[in-house]
Amino acid sequence: MPDLMKQSPYGVFLEHCKKGELAYQVNKDDGKAFFYPRAVAPGTGSANLEWRVSKGMGTVYATTVVYTKDQPPHNVVLVDVDEGFRMMSRVEDIDPLEVKIGMRVKVKMHPGDDKQPTYPVFTPAGGGK
Amino acid sequence: MSGLKRGSVAVVGAAESDLGQVAPHTSPVDLMAQATMRALDDCGLKLSDIDGVFSAATQVRTAPMTLAEYLRIKPKYFDGTAIGGSSFMAHVAHAQAAIEHGLCDVALVAYGSTQRSVSRAAASPREPNPYENPYRPFMPSSAYAMSASRHMHQYGTTREQLAEVAVAARKWALLNPKAWEKEPLTVEQVLKARMVSYPFTVRDCCLVVDGGGAIILTSAARAKTLKKKPAYVLGVGESLSHANISSMPDLTVSAAAVSGPLAYKMAGLKPSDINMLSLYDAFTITPILFLEDLGFCPKGEGGRFVQNGTIAPGGKLPVNTSGGGLSYCHPGMYGLLVIIEAVRQVRGECDKRQVKSCETAIAHGNGGVLSSQCTVIFGSEATV
Repeated sequence: MPDLMKQSPYGVFLEHCKKGELAYQVNKDDGKAFFYPRAVAPGTGSANLEWRVSKGMGTVYATTVVYTKDQPPHNVVLVDVDEGFRMMSRVEDIDPLEVKIGMRVKVKMHPGDDKQPTYPVFTPAGGGK
Repeated sequence: MSGLKRGSVAVVGAAESDLGQVAPHTSPVDLMAQATMRALDDCGLKLSDIDGVFSAATQVRTAPMTLAEYLRIKPKYFDGTAIGGSSFMAHVAHAQAAIEHGLCDVALVAYGSTQRSVSRAAASPREPNPYENPYRPFMPSSAYAMSASRHMHQYGTTREQLAEVAVAARKWALLNPKAWEKEPLTVEQVLKARMVSYPFTVRDCCLVVDGGGAIILTSAARAKTLKKKPAYVLGVGESLSHANISSMPDLTVSAAAVSGPLAYKMAGLKPSDINMLSLYDAFTITPILFLEDLGFCPKGEGGRFVQNGTIAPGGKLPVNTSGGGLSYCHPGMYGLLVIIEAVRQVRGECDKRQVKSCETAIAHGNGGVLSSQCTVIFGSEATV
């Protein structure tokens, strides 16, 4: 079993983020990727897990634009990453209303700030429908 | 839910607490207690008759315990299943199991919220989640908005069709004196209202008000001896699919596609046997999904189904006759009020909004971000 006294799933994920890497896990028993990171594999409970670094390419699965007081609107998306897992994120460098389902996107790290550690966002990669 | 017996228990008492904007410093448990006494009065039972307590509330972590203390009762059975707005449909199923097995005789299911008074942020603080919170989704709206984005993309559903759901709810609300909203609403007004999380404007989103409710359940045999017509529990189904929206397998298919068939099977009924639907309308997309997933139209056709007043007063399928969470009342976890309207329809107590010859009704609950789906089918004396 994983030793949660030494490292946590999010702790490992965050270390990768700090190196500019989007990390995910694979259950080596069946080869399936999953996200978010866990101590055991979902569905089987296997501890035979491997961390991998994504190539960072994905496709927008769902999208919305959030309107808040005193701030410009921002998008929130679900991205299907090419290695076979889905995650929530944001597509930057584009008008939030122009983010479309099917759009190809590429990961980049947002630096975060005092309260929010660095985290992965996406930018349009061109292509897709 | 095989193992439970069709019609073995009934809802015998049902009541709302005060709804809307309650007096400052009112607590959620004040509202639960007020509704409890009204529900007891509705059926003619006494506080001391209650020996099972079922409750969940975001503002009361140990709801069954806190409510039992407040009422100063000592239930021999209690259940605090908390899966969001569908918790109370689960409580009905669990109360039925408990009553069938003799674990309790008279079950109280209660809810209360003061989210309008204290603010939604205070009533339901968001849990830490390092994989979602950095993106500042406006939850739960943004999750349902993303579901709508998929439905629009895959099936051509339009914002106008979503708006039709809000307009139908408002038309029903105008027939319900207890409804929060009192003015007519048009599709245009829905579309032009303040944008919250695209494609939803504030009129695509449920109300944020205070309120609560209570229902009393007991065995069918005892139900026949009480004041009002019993609303028999003909079928129940419960299903969980995920907790966070990023883990929902298909954003256009809810777990109502699991809970519904379970409830139909137990009830021995099919969609065409149902006279009225009480569907948790947290957002305009949810009744569309549930009409599809509960078998009232094919997958993807929900948007077209609700056009032209199909679910509005005078339409062919009465849905959310109270005015729903969109126009009647939405105190955070609205499921108990979804149940109360279905019970009243089966009892024939709905006055101007009464569905004619309403012998069967579905109360369908939704919790979290389309996460938990629980279905209860109620029937009148004629159905058992």
